[in-house]
Amino acid sequence: MADPVQTGPAMPFWRRVRSGLSGGTLTALLGVAPFVAFAILFLILPTLGLVVQAFVGPDGGFTLQNIVDLSQPQIVSSFSISLRISAASAAIGAVIGLIIALAIIRGKLPESIRSTVMTFSGVASNFAGIPLAFAFLSTLGRLGLVTVILKTVFGIDLYRSGFNLLSFWGLTITYLYFQIPLMVLIIAPAIDGLKKEWGEAAATLGATPYQFWRYIGLPVLWPNLLGTLSLLFANAFGAIATAYALTGSSLNIVPILLYAQIRGDVLQNPGLGAALALGMIVVTALANVIYLVIRARAERWLK
Amino acid sequence: MTRGKPWAWVVFGLAALYFLLPLIATVDFSLRIRRGTYSLDAYLNVLADPRFQQTFSYSIFIGLTTILVGIFIVLPAAYYVRLRLPQLRPLVEFVTLLPLIIPAIILVFGYIRLYSSSSWLPLLGWQVGGQYIGGPILLTFAYVALGLPYMYRAIDTGLRTIDVQTLTEAATILGANQFAILAQVILPNIVVAVLSGAFLTLAIVIGEFTIASLLNQQVFGVYMQNVGANRAFEPAALAVISFVITWGAMGMIQLLARFAPKTARKE
Repeated sequence: MADPVQTGPAMPFWRRVRSGLSGGTLTALLGVAPFVAFAILFLILPTLGLVVQAFVGPDGGFTLQNIVDLSQPQIVSSFSISLRISAASAAIGAVIGLIIALAIIRGKLPESIRSTVMTFSGVASNFAGIPLAFAFLSTLGRLGLVTVILKTVFGIDLYRSGFNLLSFWGLTITYLYFQIPLMVLIIAPAIDGLKKEWGEAAATLGATPYQFWRYIGLPVLWPNLLGTLSLLFANAFGAIATAYALTGSSLNIVPILLYAQIRGDVLQNPGLGAALALGMIVVTALANVIYLVIRARAERWLK
Repeated sequence: MTRGKPWAWVVFGLAALYFLLPLIATVDFSLRIRRGTYSLDAYLNVLADPRFQQTFSYSIFIGLTTILVGIFIVLPAAYYVRLRLPQLRPLVEFVTLLPLIIPAIILVFGYIRLYSSSSWLPLLGWQVGGQYIGGPILLTFAYVALGLPYMYRAIDTGLRTIDVQTLTEAATILGANQFAILAQVILPNIVVAVLSGAFLTLAIVIGEFTIASLLNQQVFGVYMQNVGANRAFEPAALAVISFVITWGAMGMIQLLARFAPKTARKE
């Protein structure tokens, strides 16, 4: 099967095609075929199908009515709550994750603590969904351990003071349990990439630690921070299982509304359901494109 | 020996508090099913529940199928992209990132619309011998999609650490065909990488809820949601069990990393 003909990009396209078909490239294309078929059937077509359906009316013709109908109050409020929860959990998660990563790396904590934190982050960033909801119900629910201790030991009644786990802040605090570790996992290599020489050079030139972070550290980390922020945002925006197990369908966020729509066509319009899906795709795709573009630009600093 | 700066210890302590409290609270709650005393009854109730056994073994079965299908789809693609079709690499990498961009609920919504019984490819209503197998098949492919970013990265990293070109040439000279090269030469050489992708996939799909629930599949995640809606203490026991499983899968990956080949060819 070894192909003696050079098939580098320097060759003209037609020669590459001819030499390829005569040699192992055909086998190679067959080898890639399952992947391509999978991608088309189970990733691209289903998503494109929804995008198309968002522009199809009940009569089967092209329409923008479904997009216009997204402006009804229930949908607008669901997008507003979802965007706020995703933004809050991403921003807070990013700041806290950054501080933790800085503590274990720049704060010179022992190596054993660092590896424990990184392993735990790997576990916690994957500990989402239904069990996470149960864990926080056991912690901050009406009968949760922290709720009860605060009440009996410190005399603080969380729920009487307006806190509710099944609310904006409740969900945000819960999401932080996987957002912070994800931030730690992604940002730690970037902080490692801050070369020691930069700090020494800055110190030699008389820079204070504040000046080092203001003019060197943060500007170098900045693209990574922004990129990870958008990744965390998309991560929270698409999450549904935790919220569903915590609140049932009482909290009106976009994925839960979409879930109810798929289950029972609550919007009473299949086209509107597809438009809702399109809205979600646009938001998460934007956030991810920002992440990918920024990450590509950030990587040149970390070589 | 560095002792760490005081502020770093404070940050670490606060973080440990936030991350350990829910775990402690969950364990505590799961043991309180009997008034006034600690007991393991919540765990016993869960483990003795036939629906737990059914859904859990079904999830494991789907998880293992997902891993096998995932390897079958990803390994040849990653291998040939590395060996012969490097010009396809950016495209393949972009496709493997799609599952991170498209939320799971969108994916399953797309499947339901595309493969419903009234569509051109009614996969969802597919029956063999009176058994609906369309649901399990779609569930498996959806899970392959969820695991794709991790499986691809794991396998591609594995391929980078071995000399694919030389191994392929040597096997070819010895008369191996393409399938034998992949199954008997390449795969055994990157088995550690494949396994770490497999464990990550398992950790992701074992408690998955959204896709399975919308495809009406009675998996572990759907069972957990049911228990959560109807019981008080058993959900906490299930959360502890799930956490142990996630921890176990991640621990296996860490353990496997020690067995990764150290004689890697440098690029």
